[in-house]
Amino acid sequence: MSTAAIVMMVVAMLVIWGGLALAVASLVRHGAVEDRTENQPRDL
Amino acid sequence: MTGQATGQVEQERRRGAFSSRRVFILAAIGSAVGLGNIWRFPYVAYENGGGAFVLPYLVALLTAGIPFLLLDYAIGHRHRGSAPLSFARLRRGAEGLGWWQVGICFVIAIYYAAVIAWALRYTFFSLDEAWGADPEGFFFGEFLQAGDVRVTADVVPGVLLPLAVVWLAVLVIMALGVQKGIGATSLVFIPVLVLAFAALVVQALLLDGAAEGLDALFTPDWSALGEASVWAAAFGQIFFSLSIGFGIMITYASYVGRREDMIGSGLVVGFSNSGFELLAGIGVFAALGFMAQANGVGVGEVASDGIGLAFIAFPTIISEAPAGALIGVLFFGSLVIAGITSLVSVIEVVISAVRDKLDTGRLAATFAVGIPAALLSLVLFSTTSGIYVLDVVDHFVNQYGILVVALVSMLIVAWALRALGGLGAHLNVHGRPRVGAGWRVLVSLVAPVGLALVLFFSLRDDLDEPYEGYPGWLLLVFGWLLVVVLPLLGFLLARLPWRAGTHLDGPPPGSDPTAPLHANPATRGEGGPR
Repeated sequence: MSTAAIVMMVVAMLVIWGGLALAVASLVRHGAVEDRTENQPRDL
Repeated sequence: MTGQATGQVEQERRRGAFSSRRVFILAAIGSAVGLGNIWRFPYVAYENGGGAFVLPYLVALLTAGIPFLLLDYAIGHRHRGSAPLSFARLRRGAEGLGWWQVGICFVIAIYYAAVIAWALRYTFFSLDEAWGADPEGFFFGEFLQAGDVRVTADVVPGVLLPLAVVWLAVLVIMALGVQKGIGATSLVFIPVLVLAFAALVVQALLLDGAAEGLDALFTPDWSALGEASVWAAAFGQIFFSLSIGFGIMITYASYVGRREDMIGSGLVVGFSNSGFELLAGIGVFAALGFMAQANGVGVGEVASDGIGLAFIAFPTIISEAPAGALIGVLFFGSLVIAGITSLVSVIEVVISAVRDKLDTGRLAATFAVGIPAALLSLVLFSTTSGIYVLDVVDHFVNQYGILVVALVSMLIVAWALRALGGLGAHLNVHGRPRVGAGWRVLVSLVAPVGLALVLFFSLRDDLDEPYEGYPGWLLLVFGWLLVVVLPLLGFLLARLPWRAGTHLDGPPPGSDPTAPLHANPATRGEGGPR
């Protein structure tokens, strides 16, 4: 593989998978109030 | 509680819901990650600048894809209904947009199931390389038995049977409901999909020539960034792969607890979808690199997308590669899993709309929607002309169905209804990071311009020459006519009355995300009719 191709592959991985890791971390850190009482699925 | 509030709570319980944020996120990822991620993204990236495509792709993801995804979430989460009900609650006159989306989903479901059926059959074909030395001849001849381009009623049993199996599986999932059906399927299928595809990528990377394939995919052509068509391709890829703009995310968001962080969830879903696409690009081009080297040609000569990639190129790779059967089962198995989780989300848009409008039970709505859809699917796509009809319907429904309804609904919500302020405020109650003026600019200006660009290039190509050289009557009946009828039908369906007691005109009582848990929304004086 050429150097340019390797660099672009690494950049794509870092940005996209790194973005995913950041998004997951942010969501876990922020959390949410569970609303299970209203969420009881019945699907009648 | 007032009768109205009690009725609303009861209605929400009857609709069903995802049991947690994790289930919703997996279901949304399952919807977004579909066949297009595996067989469309790699070739689009390769054709549009290779490594340089990363730039427009990310710009499209951050300026149009995720903002539009959040718009869908806000509409569904705030208004707690299917696409037609959510639009009706936003403004009565907008209900037709929801039915237009429902019509598009119905059409997509009937042909999408056929492709899953092909992949299901090919999963088993992989075990003994049933295509022999001529995968192309086998696919069009022996398997599909495709003849001249004409509509026939000649059934192909080899397609009919797996198609019936796919529909049976989907109907069972849909009948089980939002959590036990869609949610449970996503909980199992998405981890399996990721593991199976990761195993495929590892296997592909071990093949001779894999590095040449990756070189072809990632070598940047910076001059491509100056071409408008490359930017249109990036916006188109993001748009089509995220399942936005045609009711799916509105419907799924309506099943999420009112206190969930929809912004954070949207970011996870958006980046997960792109993360899977990148994984698919690496796996597919590593395998294509092997194929090119084995045949002594350049990667460009074997690179393809869609049906050609899946049912012609990959069988060739499977025949030539060591442990080819394993690669085949992983590849086609991944297509089946990704397809099923997407198909389930598409058909749920229709079922949810029917349930809301007619107040029917889950089982009745599943049969009312699923059986006609399955029959149409079997009649149209298990015949010797199935592939031609499928190709035309797929192209037109995507380019002029999804794209146009998404563009129109975005412009109406942003400019005619001026609803972005309220929707953004709703997202911000529990969402992080907060959305503000920047989001409103992206949704009202940048995303519509991006979609208009995609539409312009598509329209220009289709007016220049007939799509794939198909005869005019086929393009007229299954293409142009179809995409004109769907919105008309949508606005006709919107004229049917809602069942008595359905809350319209504004978010329903109990949807306020700031209200304490178990509070009586009616006595707070919030969330009532405007």
